[in-house]
Amino acid sequence: MSMFRPTATHKVIPLVPADGAQPGNGGRIRVHAMRYNPRDPGNAPRLQTYELEQAEGMTLFIALSEIREKQDPSLQFDFVCRAGICGSCAMVINGRPGLACRTLTKAVGPDITLLPLPGFELIGDLSVNTGKWMRAMSERLEAWVHMKEAELDLTRIEARMEPELAEQIYELDRCIECGCCVAGCGTVRMREAFVGAVGLNKIARFRLDPRDTRDDDDFYELVGDDDGVFGCMSLLGCHDVCPKQLPLATQIAFVRRKMAAVGFR
Amino acid sequence: MKVVYTDVLVIGGGLAGLRMAIAAKRRGHDAVILSLVPPKRSHSKAAQGGMQASLGNVIKGQGDNEDVHFEDTVRGSDWGADQAVVRMFVNTAPKAVRELAAWGVPWSRVRRGDRTVIINGQKVTITERDEAHGLMAQRDFGGTKKWRTCYVSDGTGHAMLQAVGDQAIGSGIPVHERAEALALIHDGGRCYGAVVRDLIDGELTAYVAKATAIATGGAGRLYRVTTNAVICEGIGHALALESGAAALGNMEAVQFHPTGIFPAGILVTEGCRGDGGLLKDVDGHRFMPDYEPEKKELASRDVVSRRMEEHIRKGKGVGSRFGDHLWLDITLLGEKHIKTNLREVFEICHHFLGIDPTKDLVAVRPAQHYTMGGVRTKPTGESPTLKGLFAAGEAACWDMHGFNRLGGNSVAETVVAGMIVGEFIADFCDDPGNEFNLPTGLVREFVEREQAKLDALVASRGTEDASALKARMQEIMTAKVGIFRTGRDLEEAVAELQQLLARSRNIGLRTPSPGPNPELVTAYRVQKMLKLALTVAYGALTRTESRGAHFREDHPRRDDAQWLKRTLATWRDGASLPELNYEPLDIAKMELPPGWRGYGAKDYVDHPDTPRRQAEVDALKTQYAGDRFALQRALLPYDDLLPARLRGRNERIDEPFGGTGRAA
Ligand SMILES: Cc1cc2nc3c(=O)[nH]c(=O)nc-3n(C[C@H](O)[C@H](O)[C@H](O)COP(=O)(O)OP(=O)(O)OC[C@H]3O[C@@H](n4cnc5c(N)ncnc54)[C@H](O)[C@@H]3O)c2cc1C
Ligand code: SF4
Ligand code: SF4
Ligand code: FES
Repeated sequence: MSMFRPTATHKVIPLVPADGAQPGNGGRIRVHAMRYNPRDPGNAPRLQTYELEQAEGMTLFIALSEIREKQDPSLQFDFVCRAGICGSCAMVINGRPGLACRTLTKAVGPDITLLPLPGFELIGDLSVNTGKWMRAMSERLEAWVHMKEAELDLTRIEARMEPELAEQIYELDRCIECGCCVAGCGTVRMREAFVGAVGLNKIARFRLDPRDTRDDDDFYELVGDDDGVFGCMSLLGCHDVCPKQLPLATQIAFVRRKMAAVGFR
Repeated sequence: MKVVYTDVLVIGGGLAGLRMAIAAKRRGHDAVILSLVPPKRSHSKAAQGGMQASLGNVIKGQGDNEDVHFEDTVRGSDWGADQAVVRMFVNTAPKAVRELAAWGVPWSRVRRGDRTVIINGQKVTITERDEAHGLMAQRDFGGTKKWRTCYVSDGTGHAMLQAVGDQAIGSGIPVHERAEALALIHDGGRCYGAVVRDLIDGELTAYVAKATAIATGGAGRLYRVTTNAVICEGIGHALALESGAAALGNMEAVQFHPTGIFPAGILVTEGCRGDGGLLKDVDGHRFMPDYEPEKKELASRDVVSRRMEEHIRKGKGVGSRFGDHLWLDITLLGEKHIKTNLREVFEICHHFLGIDPTKDLVAVRPAQHYTMGGVRTKPTGESPTLKGLFAAGEAACWDMHGFNRLGGNSVAETVVAGMIVGEFIADFCDDPGNEFNLPTGLVREFVEREQAKLDALVASRGTEDASALKARMQEIMTAKVGIFRTGRDLEEAVAELQQLLARSRNIGLRTPSPGPNPELVTAYRVQKMLKLALTVAYGALTRTESRGAHFREDHPRRDDAQWLKRTLATWRDGASLPELNYEPLDIAKMELPPGWRGYGAKDYVDHPDTPRRQAEVDALKTQYAGDRFALQRALLPYDDLLPARLRGRNERIDEPFGGTGRAA
């Protein structure tokens, strides 16, 4: 398992709770959440501690919602599906990027330190702008199927595809754009425009898809540089933290081989 | 005052909103999409089980076509649906699923030869045809005669949203994320856009557009126990309701899904039962066949949910410290099947219940799931009463679901309606008669009004807590406006919700800051949600019959004589209840006159017009025997309701077009 390294995008703050709360004591847990509003210049990042009773089956979604309802209505965070499906709630949980909604407090407590995901623009507290980052990455990598014809005859039977190929594409299509891989990546820290494992995985996905008309020369144009596949140092901080367990290591290696082959021609 | 001008303003970045925007953009109109969250995080993402489209590729789907899909959908709706709209839908669904295939959705595919499936608790070997190999596969779902639900493992909505979202990016359509529409800008007859709040800095902007479309999804968070995402709060419904001009249709029609995991309410897909999973009680007994010998676990959702609650009431639930539940047993499907075709289910059970569904039973109980009601539209998707306002997807009452929607018909509706309504929006924008000269005073007035409301909340010294009001509302809705309803419960619910609405005018904030303040968001939303909750509860109180998901214990029969009509709710500013009107459904125009659904209760009160129409239908069936297309045209012509480019038959293995292409 690789350790999470904070990036330059937000200030590094100590991972120990500021108020020195002690672990232990049965059903109580303490959530130490980063508080910071970047639009308020006078305000410096700090950890704030909330103590609450741990309920059975309590997830960080439940805990943070309860904190907001009962203790501090101003705390910012992002949950949507609360089922590990939409990728909204990635944050750094005790030093490791992960999906908060499907993290059980008993698995990470009783002291739980929460930081916003590094590598992304901070909106406030635990909320970061992954959506903006992902859209920019998608535009840059033209991450959509480039079709053969503009207008399809939709009345006709669909093109065939081998069942195994459909499964392989789905395997890579399962990315939820949560940003954990970006947060776990060393290259992102040094190269702001690096497309991350999420981007390289998308290239692998579209490469595999026969409905996409692009060939390796086209993909080389998109990722054949140091902000793309050649920037990756293969340290695989991404692979270990992907909550969907995408085969990032093999896919990145594969894309690199294919792109290197184009580069040598 | 900040103003953004565009041709088309789409409020909502889920499947329906994205697809509408793409349609408009491809016809040359600029579109801007607003979304509370990055569009690919919309709740469409959570759809697991699949999308219905009558392709008939798998052997168990052989013989499927638009006619069978039509009948299933109308029966599912308990005859509440607009049958012409259902026709438009079933004819476009195969086109929509094929378009998505071309856009990159990795639909699960048919593999030729033998495979073992579980049907009715038994292992059965079925043989897929050679000519189906590599075409899209279908699985079984509740309330359908044929296997019709196309799927991508159990991440269907995810894969669809990914593909449609990517095409929207490829089409260069801007999405203004973390933006919330607070009010429609209109003059009572024409809609001109919306007042929008930036959720990052709290600023208001006016978006002015020729056409405005609501695609804001469901309102599940009116309830405490729901499968819906936390952003499904019905704010889009409220935008229409608060306009006073647009109406909401059938808001009392609320679907409960049989298998929410207990107690969190997170969904495990109907695909679990479609693929052969069983429901069991405290004794390990499979009880559904006792109640529903025909369809068993695969009756429609309203029926299965009621049977489950009924069984729990008989003392057959499994006790726990959170209350009673039942079991879902998918162990018989085997590890391989679960880990490939029900992978999301496996993950959910693992992460949230700490169990392994290949070996353990899953604790389930019905949970609020789907909002059949919504912004009432014409078949074009436009509001009949507020020109320039369109709606599609779960937020709309287009009305193909009536009082109960079938599993797999909703994501299908989002893309189908997105395609169809998107074309009509483009037509609307093309029409020079729809140009307008907007008095800027009107825009200013609306922005100032919304700003004043927010300022008042921030400045308020009120004593009410927004979160507490919301929690109480959710409690009332789950306890009293749920699966089983009675006049007395509903009266109490309406009375208390009215009190909550009054109290919501006296909310005070603990953190009165104007910017990205989550408490402020809860405060203004709960004021809107309470109006919506009242619309649901009051509609349910008034409808003294049972139809689809709306079940009145004190009026347990469907009553076509009195209630074959759609509820239309409007809200006058300052009122404490909606105004209800009713729109009758015309039996003389029905292709499938009311009857027994094939599952659930058999007794209902007939409408006096039903026998006459049934006789006409029977005569036409004899006259056109053997030509299903001619018969259909004679029964319910709908072709001219569709945009020209979406008309036409659908090719199937068993209905080939031949080499020459498109059939008439
Ligand atoms: C757990 C689950 C599983 C499901 N599985 C299936 C299935 O297998 N098959 C099936 O057919 N159906 C399924 N459904 C139903 C189906 O997924 C939804 O009905 C459908 O996806 C809704 O799509 P939509 O585009 O209408 O809305 P959504 O996808 O909910 O999108 C709504 C959009 O509106 C935006 N929005 C909301 N309010 C505002 C506002 N005020 N201002 C700006 N933007 C706003 C949101 O940000 C979001 O982008 C499932 C539903 C759930 C809850
Ligand atoms: S392997 Fe590449 S993408 Fe993954 S963390 Fe390392 S540098 Fe980043
Ligand atoms: S690759 Fe994995 S970690 Fe990265 S964004 Fe996708 S799902 Fe998240
Ligand atoms: S809230 Fe959707 S993944 Fe956590």
